[in-house]
Amino acid sequence: MKYETQKVALPFFMVAMALFALQIIFGLAAAAAYVWPHFMSEAMPFNITRTSHTNLLIVWLLIAFMGCTYYLMPEEAENEIYSPNLAYLQLAIFAIAGAGALIGYQFGIHEGRHYLEQPLWAKIFITVSFLMFLFNTSLTMLKGRRTAINTVLMLGLWLAAIFWLFAFYNPDNLALDKLWWWWIVHIWVEGVWELIMASLLGYLLIKMTGVDREVIEKWLYVIVGLALFSGLLGTGHHYYWIGTPGYWQPIGSIFSTLEVIPFFAMVVFAFYMFWKGSRNHPNKAAMLWTLGSAAVAFFGAGVWGFMHTLSWINYYTHGTQITAAHGHLAFYGAYVMLVMGVITYAMPQLRRVQPYNQVLNMWAFWIMTSAMWFMTFTLTFAGVVQTHLQRVLGMNFMQIQEQLELFYVMRFGTGIFVGIAALMFIYAVFGPAREQVPATSRPLTANE
Amino acid sequence: MTEGLTKAAARNIFYGGSLFFFLVFAALTAHSHYYIVNTSTQPMSDNVRLGKHVWEEHNCINCHTILGEGSYFAPEVGNVWTRYGGHENPEGARMALAAWMRAQPTGAPNRRQMPYFEINDEEMEALVDFFEWTDAIDTQGWPPHPAG
Repeated sequence: MKYETQKVALPFFMVAMALFALQIIFGLAAAAAYVWPHFMSEAMPFNITRTSHTNLLIVWLLIAFMGCTYYLMPEEAENEIYSPNLAYLQLAIFAIAGAGALIGYQFGIHEGRHYLEQPLWAKIFITVSFLMFLFNTSLTMLKGRRTAINTVLMLGLWLAAIFWLFAFYNPDNLALDKLWWWWIVHIWVEGVWELIMASLLGYLLIKMTGVDREVIEKWLYVIVGLALFSGLLGTGHHYYWIGTPGYWQPIGSIFSTLEVIPFFAMVVFAFYMFWKGSRNHPNKAAMLWTLGSAAVAFFGAGVWGFMHTLSWINYYTHGTQITAAHGHLAFYGAYVMLVMGVITYAMPQLRRVQPYNQVLNMWAFWIMTSAMWFMTFTLTFAGVVQTHLQRVLGMNFMQIQEQLELFYVMRFGTGIFVGIAALMFIYAVFGPAREQVPATSRPLTANE
Repeated sequence: MTEGLTKAAARNIFYGGSLFFFLVFAALTAHSHYYIVNTSTQPMSDNVRLGKHVWEEHNCINCHTILGEGSYFAPEVGNVWTRYGGHENPEGARMALAAWMRAQPTGAPNRRQMPYFEINDEEMEALVDFFEWTDAIDTQGWPPHPAG
C-alpha cells in the first residue's frame, strides 16, 4: 500500500462482507420455504425473504465496488483520495439506507417492483451517497493520473448512477414499466457493471502478473467495447413477451448471443496474462479468485445465459427455475468472486502484512464455488423439468412444484455449504493473520 | 490480439461504437414505448391504475411472475384471467379470484402459503381489473399454455 488513504477501503469491505453473510441467511430462509412450505410463512412470508435476499446482494456489491474503487484509485491516479471523511460519510448514508430499507421490509414497508423495492427515502439516500462517492473519486482521478483502468472504472460507475435514475420512473402502464425497468436492471448487470468488472480484472492482472500496462489496457478497451456493443441491444432478450414489438426477437436473439463474447474474452485475457506474466505474485489466493471469477462468469453469465436467450427457446423457458440457475451463477462468477479477489488482494496491504491465511482462503474458494455450481445444476434440472411439464405439457404450476422437491432439497444443502464457505472467507481475511503461504511463494515487495 | 490495433484505436472504437449502439437502442426503445401505448396495450382506466398500485403495495412480484418476470415461487398472474375462465364467464372469474385471495392462507399441509392481505372491496375490484387488462396485452403469443 503506497498511499495512506487507500485504507478508506477497509470499512467498505467490512460492511460489504457483513451484508454478504446476511444475504446468505435470507437466501437460506428462502430456500427453506421451498422445501418446507410452512417455514416462517406467517413471520416472514416468502416475498419479504426474497426481497431481503436480492436487495442485500445489490447493496453489498455496490458497497464493495466503492471499496474497490477507493483502494485502487490512489495507486492508479498516483494521488491521495480527495476526502476520506466524505468517503466515511457516504458509506454511513448508504448503510443507513440499506439497513433502513431492510428493516422496513420486515414490517411490510416497501415499493412493489422487484429489485427496486426500496422506499423513496432510501432511493434518495442511495442517490445522494452515490453522487458523493462519484464526486470524491472523480476528483481524485482528475487531479491525478488518468489511466484506462480508472477511466473505464469511473465511466462504469457514472453510467450505473445515471441509469439508476430510471428507478424513479414508474409508469402506470405495466408494459411501459417493464420496458424502462430493464434500463436499470439489464443495463447494469449486462452492460455498465461489466465495465466495472473488466477494469477491476485489469487492475488485478497488472498488479499480480506484471504484464505491461499498455497490453492490458488495450485488452480492456476491446473487452468493454464488446460488452456494450452486444449488451445494449442484448437488452432485447427481455423484450420478447412483455408487449413490445416482434422485432426484438431477432435483435435480442442475435445481440444477446454476442454477449457471450466479452465473457469469453475475459477468460482468455485473464489466463493469457497469467501465463505470460513474469511475476510470481505471493498472493496465490487472490490470483485464484481472479482467474476463477473470469472462468465462472463465462459459464454463469455466458453459457447459462446463452442457454435460454434465443427467443424460440425462451418462449418455453421464460420465468422458470432456469432463470434462477443463471442468475445465481452469473452474479456469483462475475461480481461476487471478483470482489473476493480484490478483497483478498488488498487486505494484506491494508493490514500491512504479508499475504496470510491463504490456505483457508483457498478452501473457502473451492467450497463456495463447488457449492454454487451444484446449486446451479439443481436449479437447471428443476428448470428443465418445469419447462417440459408446464410449457410443453401445460400442467398446473403447483402440481409441478411438488415434482421438483428433490431439487429444492439439494439446493438448500448447497446453500449451507455456501454459508460455511463465506464464514471461512470472512475469517480468513478479517481474522488473526497466520503466515499460511504455499511453498512456492516468495515475500512481497513494496510495489505489490 | 492483432498487433495493428493500438490502445488509442481500441479506445476510440469503444467510445464510438458504444455511442452508436446506445443511439440505436434508445431509438428502438422509444419506438417500443410508442408501440406499447398505441398498439399492444388497452387504454387504462383509473381502476387499472389503482389495481397496479395494489399489486405493488403487497409486493406480489416477489412470489409471483407477471409476464414471466418476478419470482418463481408462485404461479404466473399475467394470464390468470384466462386461467380462471374470465373470457367465458367474467363475473365468475372475478368472484373466484377474490374468494381465492380472501381464503389465504389455506393452511393446507405441505403446500406453499400465500399470506392474507388486507384488500378492501374497491381495491379487490381494481386488482382484478388490472389482471384483466394485463391478460389483454399483446405478448407475441406467450405463454405457450394457459398454465402460465
